[in-house]
Amino acid sequence: MKKTSLWIGAILVGINVVIALLTLVWLPYDPTAMSGGRLAAPSWAHWAGTDRLGRDYFTQVMIGARIALTVAVGAAALGGLIGTTLGVLAAFAQRGFDDALAATLDILIAFPTLLLAMLVVAASDGASLGTAILAIGIAMSAIIARLVRILTKRVLAQDYITAARCSGLGWGRIVLVHVLPNIAPTVLVAIALQFGLAVIAEASLSYLGLGAPPPNASWGQLLQSAQSTVFNAPIGVIAPGLALMALVLGINFLADGLRDLLDPERGAA
Amino acid sequence: MGRYLLRRTFVLALSLIAAGLVLFVLLRLLPGDPSAALLSVGADEAQIAAAREQVGSDLPIWMQLGKFLSDLARFDLGKSFVSGAPVLPEIMARLSVTLPLTVASFLLAILIAVPLGIISALRADRWYGGLLSAVSQLGIAVPVFWIGILLIWIVAVKFRLLPASGFPMKGWEDAAGAFRALILPVVTIALVMLASLMRYVRSATFDVLGADYLRNARALGASFPQALIRHGIRNGAVPVISILGIELASTLLGAVVVERVFALPGLGSMLLLGIQQRDYPTVQGVLLVSTLMVLLIGFLADVIQRVIDPRLRETVTGR
Repeated sequence: MKKTSLWIGAILVGINVVIALLTLVWLPYDPTAMSGGRLAAPSWAHWAGTDRLGRDYFTQVMIGARIALTVAVGAAALGGLIGTTLGVLAAFAQRGFDDALAATLDILIAFPTLLLAMLVVAASDGASLGTAILAIGIAMSAIIARLVRILTKRVLAQDYITAARCSGLGWGRIVLVHVLPNIAPTVLVAIALQFGLAVIAEASLSYLGLGAPPPNASWGQLLQSAQSTVFNAPIGVIAPGLALMALVLGINFLADGLRDLLDPERGAA
Repeated sequence: MGRYLLRRTFVLALSLIAAGLVLFVLLRLLPGDPSAALLSVGADEAQIAAAREQVGSDLPIWMQLGKFLSDLARFDLGKSFVSGAPVLPEIMARLSVTLPLTVASFLLAILIAVPLGIISALRADRWYGGLLSAVSQLGIAVPVFWIGILLIWIVAVKFRLLPASGFPMKGWEDAAGAFRALILPVVTIALVMLASLMRYVRSATFDVLGADYLRNARALGASFPQALIRHGIRNGAVPVISILGIELASTLLGAVVVERVFALPGLGSMLLLGIQQRDYPTVQGVLLVSTLMVLLIGFLADVIQRVIDPRLRETVTGR
């Protein structure tokens, strides 16, 4: 059972990664060229039909995979880095700083990712791929920081830390040698779960018109423009949604599988 | 309990002030002057100065903070830069859409998720138990707006059963119209919320099923349903309630996407418009009011947990 979820996840995510990489070197059609009639139904020439300007829709969905993965990877890296740093610092810090940080994180977490992201986009001049990554990454870092803080405190309370201190190891080395390796499995699983949420957040942001501008059309934006033509061309709504669902489902399966593999204590619950 | 309530209310007030300060700082960190919203391209020096004076951004930052706090104490959220209308009445008007939307979806989701979650745990070995948990896996993997668009396509466009989008101009005076306009959005939010709630209810039920008190109750002669209702639900509810609080809060704020899908004049669309137009008082006001509601929900969730679980009352609060 454990292995199955890992495999299903790996395959679903793998397909998306391959397609995303493929778009860098090859596309079925020029995404900006009118290659067929307007809102054509799916056919052998156009697997997902065409959009209202006659551009191949499957090509655009493929590019969407690249955008989704770019934003999610960027946000996960940023959120993981900031979150881990803040969390470890808070665990080591004086009580005053720790309390203040914990309270701030609680307020931040009470705000949904999307709202924080909207604020970041508002703060920067115009939406772009970068603001989406920054926005989702910051929201994610609050969740990671809170987790890392608790985990680090738990590790620091262990006897082997006292022993390491007595043998003259500095705090910097302790973090590198004892803390990070010990908290890594749980944190990695948390980041993996956040990764799926990041894909959904990116799609929502671009659905609202706060994501990357065209021609880097993400799935959210495709869905937004396909909504008004859903009666004539339902494929425009179905294709990006299915692609998104496959990716997020794959990530969640992969995260579940990873948890059973890396973090058996929590996985059993 | 009384002392706890007092303490918790104090914390609530403090967090609200803190959240207000954070918002104030965040919005002042934004690049560009708030007065820019009032000006057209190519405005001259005098016009810029006049706009800055009108908005108050020519004052030093501590005076702006003082004005912000004293306005807040008088429940004055300022006037919109764009329309010139006061922000608070506009927020109240839009809450008449967002609140019913959120509360109705929340109740619908609980009503369906709790029984289904319990069934999917009790019957995890049967095909429908497995099916239920598979469906909830699918539900947490899709964005809420996609569900909304699909529902519009099937229910409103294909079968023409309900309006595809919009809200009656007269609001709740046209009660039937308002009700019909909210059905699809409510079902949309409820479906997505129900998927994640079901997972929590399911895992809480598994915890309860493995607990000693359930076995003891059975040993003392209670039937399985009796033991589950008398002991299981009360115990299992505690963790679920804190999740419910978070879910309710995020639905309230996350309604922005659903309001966009169905073109509803709610709080979320007001925020989105405010952000697009750089209308600072609007953004600030909406965020303040929604923060207040999020904090209140957290407060209620904490208090309800204490009422249900006496063990929480006896532990000394602290770290």
